[in-house]
Amino acid sequence: MAAGRGNTTQEYLKNGLMDPACEIKPKNGHINGKNKNGLNGKNGAHEQQSEWQDDFHESFEETPLLVAILTYLGYALLVVIGQIRDLMRAYGIEKDKSCTEPKLEGFVPLFLSWESFYTRNLYRRVRDCWNRPVASCAGVRLDVMERTSPDFGWNFQLTGKKLDVMNFGSYNYLGFAESSGPCASAVHDVVQKYGVGVCASRQEMGYMDIHKELDDLVAEYLGVEAAMTVPMGFATNSLNMPALVSKGSLILSDELNHASLILGSRLTGAVIRTFKHNDMADLEKKLREAVCEGQPRTHRPWKKILIVVEGVYSMEGSIVRLPEVVRLKKKYKAYIYLDEAHSVGAMGPHGRGVVDYFGLDPSSIDILMGTFTKSFGSAGGYIGGSKRLINHLKVHAHSFIYSSAMSPPVAQQVISSMRIIMGKDGTQEGMRRIRQLAWNTRYFRKRLHDRGYIIYGNKDSPVVPLLLYMPSKVAMFSRETLRRGMATVVVGFPATPLIETRARFCLSASHTKEMLDKALKIIDDVGDMLRLRYSSLPPPDFSEKGIQLIE
Amino acid sequence: MAVIPATWDMYDLIQGVLQAPWYHMVFEVALVLLIMKIYYSQSFSPEKTVLTEKEKETLIEEWVPEPLAPDVPDDHPILTAMEKYCIEGQNGKYVKVNGKSCINLATFNFLSMVGKKEIEDVALKALKVYGVGSCGPRGFYGTMDVHIQLEEDLAKFMDCEEAILYSYGFATIASAIPAYSKRGDIVYVDENVGFAVQKGLTASRSHIRWFRHNDMEHLESLLIEQSKLDKKNPKKAKVTRRFIVAEGLYLNSGDICPLPKLVELKWKYKVRIFLEETMSFGVLGATGKGVTEHFEISPDHIDLISCSLETAFGSTGGFCCGKKFIIDHQRLSGLGYCFSASQPPMLASAAIQALKMLQEKPYLLVDLRENSEKFHVKLKNISEVDVIGDPISPIKHLVLAEPAGDPGLDMRTLEMVVDMAMNESVALTVSRYLEPEEHLPKGPSIRLSVNCELTQDEIDRSVEVIQRSFQTVLEKLTTRSSDVSPLESVQQEKKSEVASR
Ligand SMILES: Cc1ncc(COP(=O)(O)O)c(C=O)c1O
Ligand SMILES: Cc1ncc(COP(=O)(O)O)c(C=O)c1O
Repeated sequence: MAAGRGNTTQEYLKNGLMDPACEIKPKNGHINGKNKNGLNGKNGAHEQQSEWQDDFHESFEETPLLVAILTYLGYALLVVIGQIRDLMRAYGIEKDKSCTEPKLEGFVPLFLSWESFYTRNLYRRVRDCWNRPVASCAGVRLDVMERTSPDFGWNFQLTGKKLDVMNFGSYNYLGFAESSGPCASAVHDVVQKYGVGVCASRQEMGYMDIHKELDDLVAEYLGVEAAMTVPMGFATNSLNMPALVSKGSLILSDELNHASLILGSRLTGAVIRTFKHNDMADLEKKLREAVCEGQPRTHRPWKKILIVVEGVYSMEGSIVRLPEVVRLKKKYKAYIYLDEAHSVGAMGPHGRGVVDYFGLDPSSIDILMGTFTKSFGSAGGYIGGSKRLINHLKVHAHSFIYSSAMSPPVAQQVISSMRIIMGKDGTQEGMRRIRQLAWNTRYFRKRLHDRGYIIYGNKDSPVVPLLLYMPSKVAMFSRETLRRGMATVVVGFPATPLIETRARFCLSASHTKEMLDKALKIIDDVGDMLRLRYSSLPPPDFSEKGIQLIE
Repeated sequence: MAVIPATWDMYDLIQGVLQAPWYHMVFEVALVLLIMKIYYSQSFSPEKTVLTEKEKETLIEEWVPEPLAPDVPDDHPILTAMEKYCIEGQNGKYVKVNGKSCINLATFNFLSMVGKKEIEDVALKALKVYGVGSCGPRGFYGTMDVHIQLEEDLAKFMDCEEAILYSYGFATIASAIPAYSKRGDIVYVDENVGFAVQKGLTASRSHIRWFRHNDMEHLESLLIEQSKLDKKNPKKAKVTRRFIVAEGLYLNSGDICPLPKLVELKWKYKVRIFLEETMSFGVLGATGKGVTEHFEISPDHIDLISCSLETAFGSTGGFCCGKKFIIDHQRLSGLGYCFSASQPPMLASAAIQALKMLQEKPYLLVDLRENSEKFHVKLKNISEVDVIGDPISPIKHLVLAEPAGDPGLDMRTLEMVVDMAMNESVALTVSRYLEPEEHLPKGPSIRLSVNCELTQDEIDRSVEVIQRSFQTVLEKLTTRSSDVSPLESVQQEKKSEVASR
């Protein structure tokens, strides 16, 4: 244990979190990609590789067999009951309260009846766990508007009561979802100066000085030559990927990639193959195969191969094995598209995402994508990379020609929060938040492991999934934690494999230790009630001790 | 997340099975058994060339991929134009470009909502409550009360049962189409629809039947053709959904769809109608409800209406509205709805206020229509250009009356006109397209957008400037062919662009 802790400290030193020299101005290596680090030399690469792997602690405990069986049984039961009730509805024994499609003579029905079986019979029972209306900022606390359903989930009514709860559901990693403070006041001024609308695409008189400022700042933040920004993260993927690859190219996509990446990949017209989640051996196998065999049938060589990965996976809490991806990319001459939606700001000693976390040179990633919806408390997305890439995108990307440019206050929120993270505001506030989040992550994850829950993901990932497995426990967990003052997210099929239903906590730099302890207490209460301590493995030995907080 | 497409595929699969006749199934099964037998007997396992590791290494060594992006020089005309016209400050009725204040005839700020004090105040109030970002998708604590209110207000305004809000205009129709239309379904689409619709169609993987722009006879002939096919295969016809997708007011041509005829065809041939009203919402109709109101057709005849809040409303986002059973479906299957953070609450508040102002001040619409007509008449008088678009449309395309026949050249001419007008304090824009990706090639044009608050004087002045700019540029191009500079430069630039591709 002690040795483990020692290790952790050293590794943190390596990652720069404790390095006294990087209090504000990070000195160790890769600011703006100007300084090179070990990875560029051959020997360095090997050293680095083994080093990062020593510190890469990721946990995916297998589903206990009995639990798996019971879970399947649970679903089977729900399906049987659903069938019976459908039958009863069909014969008019039970009244149909859903809003069903009226029969229109001659028209083909819009929905097939079995299509909505899942919605009608399974999802409806637990519908109250999602789309909960909120009457406040999605900050560290949240006012959830209480709802009741007079008819078991078909309809909801607001009771008018507001529940003031701790927020463990929003992607507010650095706590910039705030309705007051320096960011809000800068945004205030911008609204007065610019208004809120743009009403044009960038190429058609929608390009404003504030966009230019944002683009330049993002490039500086990421340490790349240039960057471009789009008002929606989802659209950043789906509208820009088609400008990068096309027919005759191959996309190698992690099987758990986000819907926007899948859609974007589809719209490119390239061949898409998936590899096992974060499985570098599988990626290498597929890469090798692709380069050696070329395109199917014709065996012509591929035009380009694009590896599409995410920084932190939002349902698994895993972190991409980036150094290995970079090694493979170099070996097989592929390109990397890295979506840092959940990692930018939240990961790395300077909050610059997984590239920063692994201490890599940002220029070793061809396309750095990320969103502003999470850590920056704003909206939109960016793509960063070489000047050549960004010039090409500015001229040819769908998002610059056919869709609106970013609303000025949204842009300002990013500018203000990014400047704080970079320390450009002259304070240590950004660094404080980064360290606090790192500390919170280790602290919370470690405690959950200690308590015997099955927790997925990397020890440094602020996305913390806790496995619930059984469908009946999903709704109970969500309702009970909310009742006790904690907003959590639960996810099940189809967003996860059928039996791996889970709760997910998103940690934030604005969670205090007291809040985390209170949350742990709530999880314990509910966990004991629902018997969630499934883990049979000894808890892993990492801890938050090595992370130096800034007061 | 990756499961979503899997369910799509599963859906396709099951639908395929349902559609197939029984003998087909028997045949398939027999075939599968045969293949398995052959596979396992290995009597003629095909010779597979097995590469040695060394050969593989050589192949890997030798492979040279194409560069990720072609080299686009810093002085590419589009980049230069963008940098040159970077707007300082507000993008309102007037814009400041290079220190000069210009009348803005380029952006879709039809009702002049950008920069309205009332809207800013409401947005600021929302900022104090919600901050900027919502930090989560609608499902995970990203549903603020203002989103619900905006949805309710919009549904009520549009006389529909329900509205669903998206955080980005482009994503609205692009997500809505594939939520309903799947592989195997048939979509009849006007050839002139905008890019977002085209992308939605690609994502849906349905069969697409293009009909000529606003040509109802062509559409009907396609429908008749299909009904003949249906008679031959009634089983398949029973599960093939059909949709017509049209725009209310076409961005690409400034004209209005013949909605009464579309509705007639809908009922006659049992096809559903999806209307894309990005340009017509807040523009057409006595109260701004769009093309349905313009033709006084009840929205009940339309299955889905998709609008944007980024044009007349001057906010960000979009929404779909219609019957509850149709719209609700998107809450679980609209990709851009489910898998993206919700609209920043302050922008929702701004849209709520814009809607309120539109309802309080219906004269904005009258002014807009009048201004559009005034522009139309005046622009018609410029002999150098043809005006394309409906007189009441606030979108007008100006094309050269005598094009050179080379789109690249004409584009450069128009860009010079834009430059010239900008120098005289009128901001214009050429319409930009990604030609290779568009369904139809688009001709070069200057796209004018009318603002409801322009005064007679401002209209007169801008038309004058436009006229003068056209005249000057065209004169330069024709008479000064001795010093060839403009033409030559055009050709050179074209060449360099081709090379860069
Ligand atoms: C990996 C990934 N990419 C893109 C997005 C979409 O970002 P936005 O919410 O800004 O549209 C998300 C959001 O959930 C995401 O997780
Ligand atoms: C289903 C679907 N959703 C979304 C989009 C794009 O929308 P967004 O702006 O969210 O990328 C597209 C097409 O681009 C689409 O086909």
